[in-house]
Amino acid sequence: MAQSEEFQKLEGKIFTKSFFILLTVVLIGFFFVGVRYVKGIGAVSNMSDGYPWGIWITYDVATGTAIACGGYAVAILVYIRNRMQYHPLIRSAILTSMFGYGLAGFSVMVDLGRPWNAYNFFIPSKWQANSAMFEVALCVMAYSTVLIIEFIPAILTAIEKSKWERMNLVRNWLHPRIAPDQKTMNDKLEMVRLGAAWLKPRLNKVLIFFIVLGITLPTMHQSSLGSLLLIASTKLHPLWHTGFLPLLFLLNCIFIGYAIAILESIISCYSFGRRYEIEELSGLAGLVPFVTVIWLCVVIGDLAYRGQVSAALNGDFYSSYFMAEFLLVAAGSLLLFFKKLRRSPRWLFISASLIVLGGCLYRFNVYLIGFNPGKGWRYFPSFAEVMITVGIVALEILGYKVFVALFPVLPNTSGHGPQQQKKTVVVENAKGIDLNQTVAQAQLKAAINNLN
Amino acid sequence: MKRQSRRNFLKLAGATSAGLLACGAGSSLASQGPQINNEELGMLYDATQCVGCKACMSACKRVNSDYGSLSYEKASFDSDGLWDAPSDLSGSTRTLIKLFKEDDARWSYVKYSCMHCQKPSCVSVCPVSAMTKEQVSGIVDYNKNTCIGCRYCQVACPYNIPKFQWEKALPQIVKCDLCKNTNLRQKGISACAEVCPTGAIKFGKRGELLRDAQARLKSHPDKYIAHIYGEHEGGGTNHLYLASMPFNKLGLPEIKPEAPAEFSEKIQHTIYKGFIAPVALYSALCFIAVKNMKGHKGHEADADHEKEEK
Repeated sequence: MAQSEEFQKLEGKIFTKSFFILLTVVLIGFFFVGVRYVKGIGAVSNMSDGYPWGIWITYDVATGTAIACGGYAVAILVYIRNRMQYHPLIRSAILTSMFGYGLAGFSVMVDLGRPWNAYNFFIPSKWQANSAMFEVALCVMAYSTVLIIEFIPAILTAIEKSKWERMNLVRNWLHPRIAPDQKTMNDKLEMVRLGAAWLKPRLNKVLIFFIVLGITLPTMHQSSLGSLLLIASTKLHPLWHTGFLPLLFLLNCIFIGYAIAILESIISCYSFGRRYEIEELSGLAGLVPFVTVIWLCVVIGDLAYRGQVSAALNGDFYSSYFMAEFLLVAAGSLLLFFKKLRRSPRWLFISASLIVLGGCLYRFNVYLIGFNPGKGWRYFPSFAEVMITVGIVALEILGYKVFVALFPVLPNTSGHGPQQQKKTVVVENAKGIDLNQTVAQAQLKAAINNLN
Repeated sequence: MKRQSRRNFLKLAGATSAGLLACGAGSSLASQGPQINNEELGMLYDATQCVGCKACMSACKRVNSDYGSLSYEKASFDSDGLWDAPSDLSGSTRTLIKLFKEDDARWSYVKYSCMHCQKPSCVSVCPVSAMTKEQVSGIVDYNKNTCIGCRYCQVACPYNIPKFQWEKALPQIVKCDLCKNTNLRQKGISACAEVCPTGAIKFGKRGELLRDAQARLKSHPDKYIAHIYGEHEGGGTNHLYLASMPFNKLGLPEIKPEAPAEFSEKIQHTIYKGFIAPVALYSALCFIAVKNMKGHKGHEADADHEKEEK
């Protein structure tokens, strides 16, 4: 059997209907970003001196990066646990992570009051190693760079294989007077191609060291995202304020990462009309309960140790959110213990969704719901504030959509399952993206509802 | 091969989580706490002597207007712009007098401003050292030229002191700096303490203020709640309070003697001590990953070869 390419581009148009819908949402979001820079953060958000961090930090940074941990979780599986059969999943996971982290960084720049001073992160005399935020900031910046480096092979392959159709179209469209000479252009493009061909094998040789860095960095900053709230000992409810916050956040992002990888695969298989990768998925799903059970045990053990079990069960506002978070994760994991359910795409989808929801609710609980700065302070996000977050999520999906069309990212379907005609695949693809979008939006909606 | 790598992975995972667990457990042990430095500058506010004239508030705005852009605040009822009526500490107001009323006979004024902690949370969390604690004077100072506006100091401060200018396009954090660049430099005393007509605000070194407060408690035990707020709260503060009412009723939160920053720094330091753990993690992972890759090299070389032929 001839060895086929592992990844392929998505055939089809970029400028579809969903593209323009997403673009509109992005533009609305960016309009409010503009307002924020002209009139101040208070003009678009409901944040206050009591709740200085709103949904931009809670969703885009703390929760968004956990959802973007698919790349991290799959990389652990493939490179550390040595399960090369999952390798086809890795590029799309890395791409999602790249957008997730890049846009988390972007929303931080929207959220920062004095972003022009952010260069101080690179000045050693200003470094403040006691601050968990310093650690998170440097790690997230480094990790975003690493993700881009991990993605470069896809871009190089695309350059190497490109017939420069779009480029030639643009050239022909230009007025002959300003258009570059065909031959000169072709020579230059050939040089770019050769450059890419020269760089690719060299990059591939050292890539593993970046990949491992891409495993180390999230381990550090995902735990530090938990450490951020350690200082708020008087404000964060005792159900969540514990010395184990870093460990809980780390475990939390790992099981969210696997659950998201399962969801992504099921959704794309469903919409591409491809055979479900049940072997891989049930293997992946078999790992999740181990992580969640450790997480649940640490949560219970810690509550018992600090004598807070009654607070968890007394049925008040905080207790109900705690129970919701706990039961969602527990129910999702319980389902995955049954081998029969692990082999059913429907049940896999349900349990992974429960786990993602519960895991994200945990982060909302720590950052917003369990956070009480004192009497008289209230927070619920404003419309403009929500639209900025929605716009950023839309930009994420838009970028993903464009990238999978431009670069070989998705697993090559020709090697798997029943052969499909290309045309049906194209039609189904658009549907797949729409589904992705609805899932992300549903998550956001659920998250916002949780705030109520 | 596969089994080997899994064993490695499990070992590693075990070691990492054991380390994290250890640090979590370590954090719950009792801490020695830092020594309190009683030579630092501070203020003693005696609520029983305060008459609520708010001279301190206007003096603060007059003196510090160049350092923190303290503008006058219009209240919602004030259509003619006749009042300076901040409802709370804010991006325009560093110090504030409030009046707590239990009934017609029992009431107390209370002054809010930075507590100038011995172990300040805001300094501990600021990622770019924009919040600093001066070595000798102990003043917790803010440098707007370094601040990135992340507002972590606001999240961290148990007294909710640092305030952000939400309505400005170029905002900054606003908090009391004991008139470090203004009145203290010129006259050696903070503006609020200088203008206080009844001596309700006393400026001085923490040790002296503490002795004075203890003496007042001793001579008038009937007048005061038998507690000096700030003596032990959150690792001790340089701004001390005496009052006739329970402090939590005056809006001063109950805070444990251990500084919140002690707790968080201990965990952060345990994880990142000498940067050993991250480096060890990276090397261990590299070892495993490279070993795994080697196992697949033959397979991949074939694949590459066939790709080229194509």
